[in-house]
Amino acid sequence: MDANLPSAPPGSSRQLRSAASLRVLDGFGGSVRAACRTLVPSSTDELAAMLARANDAGVAVAMRGAGRSYGDAALSRDGLVLDACALNRILSWDPSTGIAVAEAGVPLADLWRRALPDGHWPAVVPGTMFPTLGGMASMNVHGKNQFKAGVFGEHVQWFDLVTPSGALVRASRSENAELFHAALGGAGLLGAFARIALQLKPVESGRMKVESIPVGSFAEQFEVFDARRAGADYLVSWIDCFASGSAVGRGQIHVANHLHGSEDPRAKESLRLEEQELPSRIFGFPKSQLWRLMKPVLNDPGMRFTNLAKYLSAKLAGRGHTYLQSHAAFAFLLDYVPGWRLAYGARGLLQHQLFVPEPAARTVFPAALRLLQERGTPSYLGVLKRHKPDPFLLSHAFDGWSLALDFPLGRDGGTRLRAALREVTEMVLGAGGKFYLAKDQLLEPGQIERAYGERLDRFFALKAKIDPRATMQTDQARRLFPERLRALREGR
Amino acid sequence: MAWSVKKAIVVGASSGIGEAMARRLAAQGAEVALVARRHDELERVAAAIRSTGGKAHVHVHDAAQSGEAAPLFDEIVARLGGLDCLVYAAGTMPELAEGEFDFAKDRAMIEVNLLGAIAWCGPAAQLFSAQRGGTLIGISSIAGERGRRGNPGYCTSKAAFTTWLESARNRAARDGVNVVTIKPGFVDTAMTRGKAGLFWLISADEAARLSLQIAAKGNSASGFVPARWALVGFVVRWIPSFLFRRMNF
Repeated sequence: MDANLPSAPPGSSRQLRSAASLRVLDGFGGSVRAACRTLVPSSTDELAAMLARANDAGVAVAMRGAGRSYGDAALSRDGLVLDACALNRILSWDPSTGIAVAEAGVPLADLWRRALPDGHWPAVVPGTMFPTLGGMASMNVHGKNQFKAGVFGEHVQWFDLVTPSGALVRASRSENAELFHAALGGAGLLGAFARIALQLKPVESGRMKVESIPVGSFAEQFEVFDARRAGADYLVSWIDCFASGSAVGRGQIHVANHLHGSEDPRAKESLRLEEQELPSRIFGFPKSQLWRLMKPVLNDPGMRFTNLAKYLSAKLAGRGHTYLQSHAAFAFLLDYVPGWRLAYGARGLLQHQLFVPEPAARTVFPAALRLLQERGTPSYLGVLKRHKPDPFLLSHAFDGWSLALDFPLGRDGGTRLRAALREVTEMVLGAGGKFYLAKDQLLEPGQIERAYGERLDRFFALKAKIDPRATMQTDQARRLFPERLRALREGR
Repeated sequence: MAWSVKKAIVVGASSGIGEAMARRLAAQGAEVALVARRHDELERVAAAIRSTGGKAHVHVHDAAQSGEAAPLFDEIVARLGGLDCLVYAAGTMPELAEGEFDFAKDRAMIEVNLLGAIAWCGPAAQLFSAQRGGTLIGISSIAGERGRRGNPGYCTSKAAFTTWLESARNRAARDGVNVVTIKPGFVDTAMTRGKAGLFWLISADEAARLSLQIAAKGNSASGFVPARWALVGFVVRWIPSFLFRRMNF
């Protein structure tokens, strides 16, 4: 028996919980927090033992990686949280095939730093390098190339999942394929990822060619995306959510492409890690303190001005302004200013990402931004991306678009914002849209059921087989699926 | 906005300051979970609260069994449907003869006055931090200000509890948690009854009233009850050691 677990008889749920340390954990947005009973398994065997013990004792378990989900997806007020941070070994890395096998708690930062000097880069990365592979798999994260490379799961070769009974199950496209397509994107509700084999992609240079294109409206955004999609490796747009009238949706598109060795005279050197580090100072300030400077402008007038200034500077640089940027600098924009979320103050921020199919997004997104402006709750940061369908059961993506929006909670603690976002959510659902669980803290049971429909029946039918006692639960799952979890626990 | 409590736990609610705090919180409209060792006494307090239209639940628990605190805390919070105040008022001070050392007595004091306190106040402080609000009231004592010759175990337990509360305050205050240290002087309770040399004696109800007054400031105050003991505390702290060891205080 391991040292972290009390020697209590099976079924002793009270002792199992109270032996765990009680930590105040939050979502990445900082606006949802919970005091959680937390254990840190130090090996896969220990993880399996903890899960089995909890399962026997009827204690719910939530898995947590780096806590980079914005809302309550890695929190649990009830039961236990198992923190995967100590399962952080890269078990193998083969530069000849580009396949890495790693434990679920390995942060993306460790993986790319290992692989890039050997000429490989993860095929899908989110806007920050700190999530763990397990977290990325659970949420089936996407990046600025989702329209081309799909979601994270499409590059997973296989994984080992610890089921609530403590068994280790391997799944791939050919072995336990149903589980493979459900656990990737399954929000941690089927078991705990133990090991993941990931296919990375070869790159010849450590840099990318990035082109900036200022655009004056949503119409222009869609036009440029349509025109450039086929030839771009990455395509993302920042949106000034304060712009109104005919300028609604104005912003700045970045089109990025990998460089062939022949296109970059410094291709080989640029693969070195020292070429990839983000700047330690920005505008002369140490970046660790930069969020303090952001704080005074994180209000409606300040952000209106900042967004305008950003748009004007993009416009000044002109259409087609092109430069070279390292992979890390282009991919991990969120890591430029460590602790940036602190600038939103003690209440934190709320991020909501709308997924709307093509072509409905072309009318829904402008309408959503106008509605948010009318309600007096404009987003401080908007990001537009293009998406394509993927084969996963609880996939958030389809042939369509997403608009990620950051909001301050406001003086009323978010009451007005939540009401406005409720209207936006209805618009999205009315257009056949979806939401992304890594960025959700607002949805209600009826809304998630409408968004995912019968796929949830299939998902929970599988959960009933693998996790009949509904051991795997998070605060998010209890918020979104109260009836389904109750039915499972009651054996209905 | 005025300080108000809707859901509270009072540990040590069967007598003394704890009972008085529970009654006063209930009278202010709070639903109160009464926690103590003696079931009959708890039922008496609960009945008194209910007779005046208040809401109270009874939970039998020996504060010396600190291992049972965390699960019971969770159970009570689930039953109340939340929590915004915890009062730890359980305390014990066995009689010591002049110059006596009795490990069993010292151990009982550490278990109830300190370990039980940490076991209850810890989860409450974390919960309040997570929800960014709540009041944690620890009934410590002026006895924790200095190591007096009369009762080393008691002074130690209270000094440690006072320090623990200060740490909890420094940890949780930035989350808007109100951590309140109450240092009563002599209060007329079962603990002090029959003891010699008491002065400025106040009733448990008066101590509870003053304690809640300090908590209601909402600014993580630490206060003597009644306030004039602050003067005693100040003097006692600054008496040089070579004089202090000659005193019978």
